[in-house]
Amino acid sequence: MSAFEFWNDADNPVHPASAPDYLPLERLREMQLHRLQVTVARAYARVPPFRQRLDERGVKPADLRGLPDLARLPFSVKSDLRDHYPFGLCASPMADIVRLHASSGTTGKPIVVAYTAADLEVWRSVIVRTLAAAGVRRGDVVQNCYGYGLFTGGLGVHAGAEAMGATVIPMSGGNTERQIMVMKDFGVTVVCSTPSYFLHLADEAQKQGLDLRKLKLRIGVFGAEPWTEGMRERIQTMAGIRAQDIYGLSEIIGPGVAAECVHRCGLHIFEDHFYPEIIDPDTGAVLPDGATGELVLTTLSKEAMPMIRYRTRDLSRLLREPCACGRTIRRLQRISARSDDMLIVRGVNVYPSQIEIALLSVEAALPHYRIVLTREADLDQMEVQVEVTAAHFTDQVKTLEALQQRLAEAVLRVTGIHARVRLVEPNTIQRSEGKAKRVIDQRKLT
Amino acid sequence: MKIQQISLFLENKPGHLRAICRALADARVNIVTLSLADTQQFGIVRLIVEDWQRARATLEQAGFVVHVREVVVVTVPDRPGGLADLLESIEKNGVNIEYMYAFAARREDQAVMVFRFDDPDKAIAALQSAGREVLAGSELFK
Repeated sequence: MSAFEFWNDADNPVHPASAPDYLPLERLREMQLHRLQVTVARAYARVPPFRQRLDERGVKPADLRGLPDLARLPFSVKSDLRDHYPFGLCASPMADIVRLHASSGTTGKPIVVAYTAADLEVWRSVIVRTLAAAGVRRGDVVQNCYGYGLFTGGLGVHAGAEAMGATVIPMSGGNTERQIMVMKDFGVTVVCSTPSYFLHLADEAQKQGLDLRKLKLRIGVFGAEPWTEGMRERIQTMAGIRAQDIYGLSEIIGPGVAAECVHRCGLHIFEDHFYPEIIDPDTGAVLPDGATGELVLTTLSKEAMPMIRYRTRDLSRLLREPCACGRTIRRLQRISARSDDMLIVRGVNVYPSQIEIALLSVEAALPHYRIVLTREADLDQMEVQVEVTAAHFTDQVKTLEALQQRLAEAVLRVTGIHARVRLVEPNTIQRSEGKAKRVIDQRKLT
Repeated sequence: MKIQQISLFLENKPGHLRAICRALADARVNIVTLSLADTQQFGIVRLIVEDWQRARATLEQAGFVVHVREVVVVTVPDRPGGLADLLESIEKNGVNIEYMYAFAARREDQAVMVFRFDDPDKAIAALQSAGREVLAGSELFK
């Protein structure tokens, strides 16, 4: 880390830790192949369930002669981590493991992820690259609202932000009033949080009569849940900041897998450590760069818990066209949907992000909303509950009914589904302090 | 002559109107009259209160969305044809009524009505030139 210490913006616009972002492609591919071979050989030797799967397919680590051969290896999925809970997929003995994290599984046991000291060093470096890409500099005051504890967000961002020489305030999530006080009194310049939590903070600040645009805040680093361009605009307008998208998942390392640079035209994926593929989620076939499909990631340097061809369930595409920032690593298009966020309503695929697009086509700012699915007389019903805001509330029934009508038409236009739009009182839809719960599925399948 | 009326969005659910009235009671704001426009799903409560600024601040603090509009309060002779005559004098002047409701109290032999016009000033002028009594806040909150 001593190399970072003398880094300063004026002398060198590229942070030393970001050097791999700019590798010549030929050199990058060589490095990827070498690391892939080492990782797969190591996992084969040390992780019995992985070896068994390769043996079943008659594939040997030595068969990996080029990067395209990766397609011969089997996928891994989230349930593998549950099936081998807690340490069945570890490739390092406990003596070499220095950190454990766990993510809350929605059902049953959590999934556990492990790190060696070298893994933590890699993690730190990719967070430095994430923050540097977002425009964070030494001297920035970073309010880290990601949860500290078993969740990877808090400690992950914390270590990287400190390593780059920023001042870190370890707030963790929740306690909104105190967050706002700290943001103002400590001269915070960078906030790291989920986008929905930041919107909640901004709403609260507004209620207190505090104009976030008058604070020193300049950058927001947002991740851990999908969000839309509409939310980005709303955040930027409300807080007067530049909102940056980051991407990561615990199974791979935590935050720090990919991040937007200041040009914000996709997330640069740190592919010297995390090799991306896009597949057809139905057939598993690898798709070419530019095609939309499910993101699959392979860790190239992780020791404690290597992940080979991990299916993220996130839908995206890989962009290889050069970016104005000069980074050579490929970009991941902003994740707008998860293949398991997808709702099937009357046989039609619907993503919550489509509902946001519909609402934004009618209203200037995204209102708080919730999707409630029910089944009446064997037919799916989709109700979109939208909070009434001061911007469009009038004292006349007909204008509110017209608004409901326009919103319902917009939802129909975007999703092809006739939804019922219900206006609800302000502040009645639960605000999330973490990942937003936008969908309530009350359908009882018989 | 114009009176500030405050309106709130309300879901048709038990206890919601009470919550508004309680919040105002706690802030010691007296409700002079109110009307409720409702559909199957939601309603709009319109209130005339003695101190509308305090009422608005109280309700906004409690998380309600509050809308303020100007209405006109007029006395109407409490006899057959009293309202019909008044409406005619408004109609002649080309002012539209967006909605109207009756006041909770009456004055001697007069009923008191609240009107929301598309053009309150023009309506007041029309009413006054027709010899109608348009009430000011000072007369309402006696």
